[in-house]
Amino acid sequence: MSWYALWGALEIGFIYGLVALGVLISFRILRFPDLTVDGSFPLGAAVAATLIVAGWEPFSATLVATLAGGLAGAITGWLNVRLRIMDLLASILMMIALYSINLRIMGRPNVPLITEPTVFSFFELDTVPEYISRPLLVLAVVVAIKLALDWYLGTRTGLALRATGSNPRMARAQGVATGVMVLAGLALSNALCALGGALFAQSQGVSDISMGIGTIVIGLAAVIVGESLFSSRKLIVMTAAVVLGAVLYRLFVALALNADFIGLQAQDLNLITAVLVTIFLVVPLLRQKLRERRN
Amino acid sequence: MRLTLLAQSVFCVAALFATMTGTARAQSVAVTSIVEHPALDAIKDGVKDALTDAGHTEEKGLRWQFQTAQGNTAIAAQIARKFVGDQPDVIVAIATPSAQAVVAAAKTIPVVYAAVTDPVAAQLVPSLEPSGSNVTGVSDSLELARQIELIKQVVPNARKVGMVYNPGEANSVAVVEQLRELLPTMGMSLIEAGAPRTVDVGAAARSLVGKVDVIYTNTDNNVVSAYESLVKVGNDAQIPLVASDTASVARGAIAALGLDYYEMGRQAGRLVLRILDGENPGDIPSETSDQLALHLNPEAARKQGVTLSSELLETAAVVLE
Repeated sequence: MSWYALWGALEIGFIYGLVALGVLISFRILRFPDLTVDGSFPLGAAVAATLIVAGWEPFSATLVATLAGGLAGAITGWLNVRLRIMDLLASILMMIALYSINLRIMGRPNVPLITEPTVFSFFELDTVPEYISRPLLVLAVVVAIKLALDWYLGTRTGLALRATGSNPRMARAQGVATGVMVLAGLALSNALCALGGALFAQSQGVSDISMGIGTIVIGLAAVIVGESLFSSRKLIVMTAAVVLGAVLYRLFVALALNADFIGLQAQDLNLITAVLVTIFLVVPLLRQKLRERRN
Repeated sequence: MRLTLLAQSVFCVAALFATMTGTARAQSVAVTSIVEHPALDAIKDGVKDALTDAGHTEEKGLRWQFQTAQGNTAIAAQIARKFVGDQPDVIVAIATPSAQAVVAAAKTIPVVYAAVTDPVAAQLVPSLEPSGSNVTGVSDSLELARQIELIKQVVPNARKVGMVYNPGEANSVAVVEQLRELLPTMGMSLIEAGAPRTVDVGAAARSLVGKVDVIYTNTDNNVVSAYESLVKVGNDAQIPLVASDTASVARGAIAALGLDYYEMGRQAGRLVLRILDGENPGDIPSETSDQLALHLNPEAARKQGVTLSSELLETAAVVLE
């Protein structure tokens, strides 16, 4: 594998690290199976791309895209909390609705950004080639968000959010407005996914309606790979672990793309990735069994 | 314990990287497509055969690699990065999302795109003239005036043309937008039915029953994948079907004046050869395919209540028995 492919995998891995952080909030902290992600990731891309093409400055376009994702998450929460629609179903409804909404926003299925300015074009340096500066920029964003998230989840509202997920009845008894917390948590989660989508579109030079397919699977895989590497319950470790999980997932894909030396072909890519992730999932179990046998 | 596992896995990954770098350079062509599907695969085969005919074979040192993104844009992006890192002599990118990913990543390596309906709207090239950049290729846009002419030849009194398509596919939307403008100038009108998923194709076709005189379809991936459900509606409700890919005629369309995707692949392959021979891709204008073939299915015509004229039957390249 070349350096270029490695840096590319890191760049995409860091972007999906944002998705992984979002999925960590919904699935793990709130314990809300939220599939809105498949719609909010391309929503972020659609809003950012459309605004940039319309002449907006890329940073404000990215900010609006993030807020749009937050709104989508809040609507999923509202469907669940106010209209009492089952959590999974509420998120599925929002996910399929977003497909049409994204098409409406873009006006067509594919908005290219190849010749447009992006957030990345503001950080082009003469000393560092673009393929290295872009992943570093995304890394800086992910680290900043990880630290902000660590801080937020330690504040009073952050603790209320965690309590809502781990024991809603107890949280209500303590005076936590759990409904509001579900809304806020999903908004935060989907805002991060939309930010990921907005950055992905700008890094790849295109926003395409099919971009969201399977985002939740990748996000969940990242969370699970991260958790199996570090079984710590500490939030600071978990937020770092899921980002690392997202990066590892992308490295697996990059490896699978180079697997032709063992006779594997292009169409085996998904299978190879699945096998590699499975190995990672089984490692903790095997280790535990080994320990038991020794005792 | 955790950290040792992490260290081990990092080491494994690093070791694998090390084994894969540093291969000798020969003439190399890297091909990628967004999905594997008969038409796109035919293009890939066409490119390869054009290279083989010119003496570029893997036995004679050509380094050929093919990667498909399996419909996933993130993987398409990673394939593009891998190719740029491999530094092949030419990258061939099949279908719009793959072509955009490659063009965004490769600033200097020559890129030949294929099966892109509107390369200008996709920002691959500024115009169909020589781009001055590293990009050239073959577009699969069909001249719609000729398609409408065919519709009129099959159903002479057609006024309302129905179209089933995926509103999420850039190529299809481009065709719909052009038809919306073109049909009224010929005294006809377009009635659209969206099928965002393959399973929606049948329902979309049924929604057109009673409203249209003929159903025309482009090379929409959803529609082509589920063409049989369209044929069922066409046969049941006696609505003539006109397609744009010749393979659909064998599946129950009456007629198609379609592209030969294998020939388009060979055309793209000839562009690859010109670049391998030292020509600058920025000096080569983008091409459209003119290899059109008319396929007819009289049996389908009978089922859908249409009689094919003898002059139409005479001009056909293939008439199915």
